[in-house]
Amino acid sequence: MSGHSSHETHEFAGTTRQFAIVWGWLVALTLVEVYLAYIHLAVITTLLLLIGISVIKAGLIMAYFMHLKFEKFSLVLALVPALLICIGLMTLIFPDSFRILELGAR
Amino acid sequence: MSEQVREVALESPWAGGRSPFAIGSKKLGMWLFIISDALTFSALLMAYTYSRVANPDWPKPFPIYPAVVFSTLMTVVLLFSSFTMVMAVAQAHKGNRGAAARWIGFTMLGGLGFIGLHLYEWMHLIAEGVRPFSNPWGAPLFGATFFGLTGLHMTHVAVGVIYLGIIAFGFGRGKWSAEDVEVSGLYWHFVDLVWMFIFPMVYLMSVRYEPAAGAVGMLLGR
Repeated sequence: MSGHSSHETHEFAGTTRQFAIVWGWLVALTLVEVYLAYIHLAVITTLLLLIGISVIKAGLIMAYFMHLKFEKFSLVLALVPALLICIGLMTLIFPDSFRILELGAR
Repeated sequence: MSEQVREVALESPWAGGRSPFAIGSKKLGMWLFIISDALTFSALLMAYTYSRVANPDWPKPFPIYPAVVFSTLMTVVLLFSSFTMVMAVAQAHKGNRGAAARWIGFTMLGGLGFIGLHLYEWMHLIAEGVRPFSNPWGAPLFGATFFGLTGLHMTHVAVGVIYLGIIAFGFGRGKWSAEDVEVSGLYWHFVDLVWMFIFPMVYLMSVRYEPAAGAVGMLLGR
């Protein structure tokens, strides 16, 4: 039971300063995204850049705000790869969406 | 089985004596829910993007002002509520029940602000004639996928505000543990995280560029 009581009183890792810095980065990356949309690049360039920045933001939120950085790595291994594989499987049908554009069907 | 053997057996990560992830069951449960809910949102986003690419006449209904400025403000409000939630969890772990409840209150205000701004944005689109199965610009499916995706997200925010209200009320009055606050925080950050994908994929990828709309056009009120 000693392990249980030590769990109850464990300090929440991460300092206010650390969280404030992460928050600043999240807002800054959001503004970069808005700027990218504003300057009107090619669709595929915008899409790739936006997805890349969003993944970085998601990583920051999961690591610091959702505390995953401070958990045991086994938890990360149990959660994240499964999610990524399932999302990857969903993208398998995606090339089909180009059919109308490529074949010119109406 | 002697006491010593028993203790050795329970020391093994897989013997049930201790959690292999070193977290409580509530937290693990919330994480598993979050992963499954993330898949729901991924499927909806994938369906939205699929329809967008497959339809050459997909509408671009969001001008820089007001739609993109508004949705950027919504994003910052939601991010700020995530920050106040982190503060609430930190205070809860220090045992400051009053301070934790206050920070959760700020988080709820952020959530309500987000819902208010989003509904205003919805009303704007509805006034322009967007319906689930028709709109004035092109592919009729836009309305269904847009309202379905953002509506499900808004539902999550609304449920989150209610959930946080219950937690703040109970925790402030001395019920429950800091872990309960942390678990509700996980849910809130997840709702924030999902918006970090909906905002660029739905709003920023469908900006309507008007010939005269630059910074100058914006300042002149378009």
